[in-house]
Amino acid sequence: MTSLFLLGASEGGLFDIDATLPLMAVQVVLLTYVLNKIFFQPVGRVVEEREDFVFTSRAEAKKKIAEVEKLEVDLKNQLLEARQSAQAVIAEAEKDSENLYKEAIALANAESNASREKARLEIDSQKESALRQLKADSELIGDLIVERLMAAK
Amino acid sequence: MGFPPFLIPFAELEVGQHLYWQIGSLKIHGQVFITSWILLGALIAFVVVGTKKMERDPKGIQNLLEFLWDYIRDLARTQIGEKVYRDWMPFIGTLFLFIFVSNWGGSLVPWRLIRLPSGELGAPTADINTTIALALLVSLSYFYAGLSNKGLRYFEYYVHPTPIMLPFKILEDFTKPLSLSFRLFGNILADELVVAVLVFLVPLVLPIPVMFLGLFTSAIQALIFATLAAYYIGEAVEEHH
Repeated sequence: MTSLFLLGASEGGLFDIDATLPLMAVQVVLLTYVLNKIFFQPVGRVVEEREDFVFTSRAEAKKKIAEVEKLEVDLKNQLLEARQSAQAVIAEAEKDSENLYKEAIALANAESNASREKARLEIDSQKESALRQLKADSELIGDLIVERLMAAK
Repeated sequence: MGFPPFLIPFAELEVGQHLYWQIGSLKIHGQVFITSWILLGALIAFVVVGTKKMERDPKGIQNLLEFLWDYIRDLARTQIGEKVYRDWMPFIGTLFLFIFVSNWGGSLVPWRLIRLPSGELGAPTADINTTIALALLVSLSYFYAGLSNKGLRYFEYYVHPTPIMLPFKILEDFTKPLSLSFRLFGNILADELVVAVLVFLVPLVLPIPVMFLGLFTSAIQALIFATLAAYYIGEAVEEHH
């Protein structure tokens, strides 16, 4: 009796299979359709959009980082170049100023030499002319003296 | 219907009694449909509320729904494979959600408060009709998945490593739905019975850990059913080389 009751030999029982089965199958198929429309599709769309967004944002960020790194390297190179060229300019300027200084010194030396030479020549010529004058004068005076002496005699 | 004396204490459990509805010449188990409609109504209402206003920064119920979606996607993707999991995700997810909601609804909602003329309300999955319906749907789906993906080459699967496998593979087509339906049915019914018997014998404290165990089993059974369904579909669409 118990087993008959449980196995559903008559009305009822645990294993009483009837039209509930196909109806439940239809219900589950309908539920699949409904859940697909109201749950799986919309939520999937949102989640996948977000995944795409995160993915593209990450890719963009990576690209930007790469760009920034490239720019940094560029700038560093530029800075190095600028520093080098500045140093070159400074060295050149130093050399130029030294040259100028040397030139100026040389010029001044030459000038002073020239003027000294000129002065010496002038002095020499004046001395000579003075000596000549003196000689002429002394000769004249000598002559005069001789003349006077002669005259006095 | 008369009960033998030793069954009298258990008569209140009303094992194997149903509330019959007559549709034409067909009989259906009314209590299964009442509980499933209430639980599915709650599930659909929850989903509708949660998906009403979806944003890129999820808030509230949307978080939970997205977690569920992600969980189901991972389940479908690992079992079925990257290529066709999208087509089967709604079915696998519906199986999971339906079984999960039925199992937990069966244990968490105090159905005993509602008296029926015959039978009692409980988890829809504790009825063999429901579990056989689900298992047969799984069988149909894996046949459909295999045939639609590989055409007649699907039947290569039956002789795949060697033709010796043919009888076993054919046998499998029968044991798969059988094991699926009976595993779910047995677990949920056993859980309900154990709780009912314990409540009947010791109405205080003692049934509570068993109820928690029941919730655990229920969740695991939903996961097992969905995973196996996905695995069978994945097996059917897998390409042999």
